[in-house]
This record gives sequence, C-alpha cells and structure tokens, in this order.
Amino acid sequence: MLVESLTLSAALFTIGVIGVLTRRNAIIVFMCVELMLNAVNLSFVALSKLYGATGQVFVIFVMTVAAAEAAVGLAIIIAIFRHKKSVNLQDINLLRG
Amino acid sequence: MLLQETVHPLAETAARFVWWLPTLPLIGFVINGLLSLQAATKLGPADPSADADHAHAGHGAHAHDAHDAHAHDAHAHDAHDAHPPRHRYAAITSIIGPGVLIASFVLALAMFFAMRGVEADAPFVSRLFSWMPVGDFKLDAALQLDALSMVMVLVITGIGSLIHVFSVGYMQDDPGYPRYFAYLNLFVFFMLLLVLGANYVVTFVGWEGVGLCSYLLIGFWFSEQANADAGKKAFVVNRIGDFGFMVAMFLLFAHLGTLDYTAIAANAGTLEPGGAVVTAICLFLFIGCTGKSAQIPLFTWLPDAMAGPTPVSALIHAATMVTAGVFLIARSSVLFSLAPVASLTVALVGGLTAIFAASIGLKQWDIKKVLAYSTVSQLGYMFIGVGVGAYTAGVFHLVTHAFFKALLFLGSGSVIFAMHRAYHATHNHGDDAQDMRNMGGLKAMMPVTWTLLWIATLAIAGVPPFSGFFSKDEILSAAYSRAHESTLADASLLGMSGSTVLYLVWILGLASALITAIYMTRMMLYTFHGPNRTDEKSRPHLAEAPWVMTGPLVVLGVLSLFGGWLNLPEVITHMVPLGPAETLEHWLEPVVGEATARVSGGAAHVAVSTEQMLIAGAIVIAIAGIAIAKARLKPEALLTKDASEPSRGFERILERKWYVDEIYDALVVRPIHALSRSVLWKGVDVGLIDTLGANGSAAVTRFAGWIGSQLQTGRVGTYAWLLVIGAVVVLRAFTAGN
Repeated sequence: MLVESLTLSAALFTIGVIGVLTRRNAIIVFMCVELMLNAVNLSFVALSKLYGATGQVFVIFVMTVAAAEAAVGLAIIIAIFRHKKSVNLQDINLLRG
Repeated sequence: MLLQETVHPLAETAARFVWWLPTLPLIGFVINGLLSLQAATKLGPADPSADADHAHAGHGAHAHDAHDAHAHDAHAHDAHDAHPPRHRYAAITSIIGPGVLIASFVLALAMFFAMRGVEADAPFVSRLFSWMPVGDFKLDAALQLDALSMVMVLVITGIGSLIHVFSVGYMQDDPGYPRYFAYLNLFVFFMLLLVLGANYVVTFVGWEGVGLCSYLLIGFWFSEQANADAGKKAFVVNRIGDFGFMVAMFLLFAHLGTLDYTAIAANAGTLEPGGAVVTAICLFLFIGCTGKSAQIPLFTWLPDAMAGPTPVSALIHAATMVTAGVFLIARSSVLFSLAPVASLTVALVGGLTAIFAASIGLKQWDIKKVLAYSTVSQLGYMFIGVGVGAYTAGVFHLVTHAFFKALLFLGSGSVIFAMHRAYHATHNHGDDAQDMRNMGGLKAMMPVTWTLLWIATLAIAGVPPFSGFFSKDEILSAAYSRAHESTLADASLLGMSGSTVLYLVWILGLASALITAIYMTRMMLYTFHGPNRTDEKSRPHLAEAPWVMTGPLVVLGVLSLFGGWLNLPEVITHMVPLGPAETLEHWLEPVVGEATARVSGGAAHVAVSTEQMLIAGAIVIAIAGIAIAKARLKPEALLTKDASEPSRGFERILERKWYVDEIYDALVVRPIHALSRSVLWKGVDVGLIDTLGANGSAAVTRFAGWIGSQLQTGRVGTYAWLLVIGAVVVLRAFTAGN
C-alpha cells in the first residue's frame, strides 16, 4: 500500500512539475503548483504510517499555507491581467535586466 | 669591540654638541617657513605680496633681480628715498635667519679652539642613533668632526653668516622674504650634514638636500618661466651625477661591506692598488662630483643657476655647494690615492674645465655670467689640486675661493642692486641692469664696492700677496712636481703616460690663469672704469648700497686679502718671514696626509730653485693678463650694446659658450624627447599599456558581464527550468553515494 501511495505521489508531482515548466497560462501553472503541493501531502500521509502523526500535522500546515498562497497568487494574477490583458507568462518579463 | 673603544679626547669639549651645528639652521628653517606659510595664507593690507604694484614685476630679460626694487611705489619718482612696504614678518625673519647662522658659527669656533687644544689624530664621531640595522649591515646617523670637516664647517657657517647678513639688505623689499631665509637656512642645514656626515649615506642625504635647496633658490622667482626652467635644469643635471655617487656607494658596500669613513680608511688596504674596483669606485664618485661641482660634461647648469638671487649665487653656487665635489674627493682621498687612473682623470677634467670655462668668461656681458664661468673655471683648479693628490692644495683653494668669490658675487650683487634702484627710480625697464655694457664709471658712485672688488679680482687673478695667489700657485706647483715624480706619473691614461697628462694639466692651469686675469680685469674695467654708460636720467640715482650690505663685503675683503696666510708655502717664508708656513697642511695632516704621501711617493717638492721659477712665472702670468686686458680695453673701447658691433668668428663662438647648450640639446635632449614621444608615449604607453592593459582588461570584464547578463531573461519559465535543473543536480549529488 505504501509503495502504491508513494508511486502515485511521485506521478502527481512529476505531472505538476511538467505543467509548471511547459504551460504558458498562469492559471494552469498555478494549478500545477497546487498539484505538486498535494502530491507532497499524499507522501506525508502515506509515510505517517511508518513515522507517526507528525506527517499528518504537517499536511494541515501545508493546506493552510496553500490556501493563503492561493489567495495571494490569484490576486497577483488578477492584477497582472488587469494591467496586461493577458495571463500568458511569456508576456510577463518585467524582471528582465 | 665596544670595550676597546676609548673615550675620544674631544668628547669632553664643545665638540659633543656637534649635532647642534646643523640643528640650529634647521630650527631657523622651521620658524621662517612657518612665518612664510602664515603670511601666504592670510594676506594683510600691509603685505607687499597683496600689493597690486607687483603685477608689473617681471619685464626685461633679467627682471628677476628686479623684485627688490619693484616693491617701491611705482608712482613716486624719488622712490629710492621713500620707505617701501616690507614683508609683515621682515623684522623677526631678519633676526632669526642670520641669527641661527651666527650662533652656529660661534659654536663652530668653540669646537675649532677645542680641537686645537687637544691632540687627536682619530676623527671624533658622534653617533646620534642607529639608522639602518639590516643584518650585517649597520648604518648610524652619525656626525664626524675632524680637521677636514672643521675647515668646511667654518667656511660654511662663517661665509654663510656674512651672506645671510648681506641678504637682509639685498632682499629687503622682496615679497617672499621669510621664504627666502627659510630656504637659505635649510640649505645650510643640509650643507652641514654633507660635510659632517660620518658615512657616505649621511653625506648623500646632505648632497641631495643641497641640490633640492639649490633648485628651490634658483627658481625663487618662479613666476618667470626662465627661472623655473633654470632650477629644473640644475636639478636634472645634478641627478645624472647623483647616479654616479650611488653606484659608487653600492660598489663600496659590495667590496668593503661598510660605508663609514673611518672603517673605509682602515680597510682600504684590502683593495688592490690601481685595481679595477677602486678605479671604478673613484670614477663613479667623480661622476657625482662633475654634477654637483659643475665640471665637464655636466657644467651647463651652473651659469643658468644665476637666475636665482645674487646672494644665493654667492653662497650656494660659488662658496659652498659647488665645492662639495672637491670636499668629497678630499674625504675619499684614501680611495683616490689608490686609483692613479681615476686621479689622472680628475686632474685632466679639472684642467680642461678650467680653461674651457675661462675662455667662455672672456666674452660674457652679464656680470653674473662672467662670475659663473669663473666659478666653473676655479672649481676646475680645485679638481686639479685634488686630482694630482695635493688634497690640501685643493681644499686651500676651496677656502680662498670661498672668500674672494663670495666677495665678487656679493659685490656684483651690490652693483646690480644699485643699477636696479636707479632704473626703477626712472622707470627704465628697457635696459638690462646686469649687462656690463650698461655700467661703467661706477668707481665714482660706489667707491667701497669698487675697492673691495679690486681686492677680489687681484686675488682670483693670482697677484701676490692676495689669497688666490698662494692657493693657485700651490696647485700649479703640485701639478708640476707630481708630473716630475709620483705614482701618478708612472700610471697612464688613454695611452698617454701619467707624466704627460700632468704636464698637460699644468699647462692648462697656467693658460687658464692668464685668461682668468684677462676676463676679471675686463669685468672690472667694464663695470667701474671709463665713462658711465647708464642713461642720463638714471645716472644720478646710482649710489652705494646700505651698510648692511657693504659690511659683509669689507669682512670678505679682509679675508680675501689675508686668506693666503692659512697656508704660506715654505719657499716663500724662507725668503720673506711672513709667518708660520703650511698651517693648513699640518692641520689636515691627519685626514689627507697618508693619501698625499702615497701619491707623491715621498718626493713632496721639486728643487727650491724650480719652485721659485714657478712662482715667478705665476706672478708674471697674472700681471701679464691684467696688462693685456688694460691694453686692449681702452676707455674709448668700452661701448654700450647698441654702439658696439656684433661679435664675429671665434669671439662669437665664445659669446655663445662654444654652443655647448645647443650641442647637448641636439645630442641628448632632442633624442630623448623623440624617443619619449614616438616609443615610450605612442608605443609603450598608448600601444601597450592603454590597449592591452587598461582597455584590454576592461573589454574582458565587459564580455564576461555580457555572458552573465544573458542568463537574466526576466521570464519566469526560464527561472523555473533552472530551478528544477538545480534541484535535480543537488538531489543527484546527495544520493550519489548510495
């Protein structure tokens, strides 16, 4: 059971990474980040069977931070959209020196 | 080593205060320098340098000497009667400047009498502190008082005091009054360090220091380009000579392991007599001397050095600094007596310089230029003396020359002072106050200066019983007797036997004695005799200088007259009982006696009859020179520049100083300029350093920065990729061991 859980977790994480790296739409990249977080959560829950409840407590923390991050992240994306009429990451290069 | 050292008999006397000798002028320098700075930063309404009248200071070819006169109110026609504004600190400077020197002189006199009182052959060395202890090499800041440095100290402080007092009058209206005395005091400090140094390095510090002061004082009126250039020329030419001095010190250290005079005198025997080492050391030392003492080929700076104030010319460029080379050879007499080839070179260069400079002096019109070439010529005489191994004769002529040449310069300063006052009073800025063709007949206006300058002229011409006669005769008879028989005569130089070289030097000396008598008489005739050639308006303003100036002249006149008594030759005292013979010879015996004996090989003198013939010949030559000049320059032949025809042929060559400056310019200065411009500037500096060094490293840096800047795209995607790649690499690194 542990092996299957961790395999699923790894698969979800990889999908999330690929999504972050390849997709252009900021909303989808954002969803992929959430996917990576939840993949990690799954590993925590699965491994708590071996190492005790600490992992489960961490999951609660991660979900809380993820909710806060979602709020801030979505707010930033909306602000960018208002400014640029686009959420395409290719258009967002203000950090270029 | 320390246990063996006994207490020197002088240690209990005034000599233990020897370090006060240079310290006193140094204190004077500090005080006068601070006063000068203070006055420069805060200009007061009464300050002459704030006076607008000075805007017109600096016209005419020799306006540098005019500053004293220019301080007058330009609108007052009887300006020489009015009291010109003096420097704010003139009073205190007039006391401190000459005061420290007189104090130093009194102290030196006390030491002199202490030295006469005790029997001490070994020099008294006063160690102040350990200066450079480097491994085996130990160098002390130490002063050495012996017979030779005592003579030099008395000349420097004695003549120096007189010249300082004279300067109080001569420079009275100069806006840079305290600065002048600060430099002059500093010069005396370094000069005393030079002669009192107990090793070559302390001497070298003084040697460089007097060069610096010479530069500062030649360019004292630096606002005029010519004066600043003259100072620079003196500095650069001296630097060439200093290179020789330094190489000589390196060689001495490499072969003897010490630079102390006492240790070198003790260890000189380990050097092979006449060997390459000691010859090289002496020749390099002599290169240093040619620079400082203005000998061929480095003499060109001294005539230009006349751009400085006239008392400076008297003190630095006649009486003291330029004789440092003669002092150095006398100080190194142990080494020179071991190197006959080097000694012959010294004598030959001295002889050639003596006649060369004297020939130029024949056709100069600037009164100070005549004296400048005369100084170069007389320095040549001194080098003949020390070159032929008659070290006492060289030092003797150094002393008498200091007397009569200081007198000549100060006397000419007094004349120039009077001329400037007259020209200034009548606003005549077209005529040159130093040109002898504008003088004439000053005998009536300046009787004191006239009398004293004739004494100096007869002294330098070698007329008995004036001082120059004895010293010059001693040098010439030494050259003759050494040519007859000595270690020098057995050596050879440039394929000529030493004997031939010395006879040649002797003839050169005789010939320049004749020329000296001619050009000095010419100078006197042009300046003081015949009709006055100053313009009608200025003539009534010509007058004798104040007593603060003529006073020192009188003292120098007495010294020039009786200076010969320092070292009367035996052959004369046998005939005429004038006084004790060869006083200076006995006095200097502990320092140069051994070296003199080694050169002469014991045969000190030629036969008495020969010596009498030589003396008679010298007198005849001196009188003949004066007679020739008098015969050729009848009063009606003395003309102003406008009235006289331009000189032609050989006279023109002499007037243009054998074109030496032009030749040096073409052979040395221009090639160096061209080399610096084409190779060093355009090639090395622009090509190598700028292109490869400065701009090259900048280009490399800019390229590296460009590569780095390309990583920063500003796209989040790129950064995410780099993040992931980095994470994978880190993970891989952490798990690699498993």
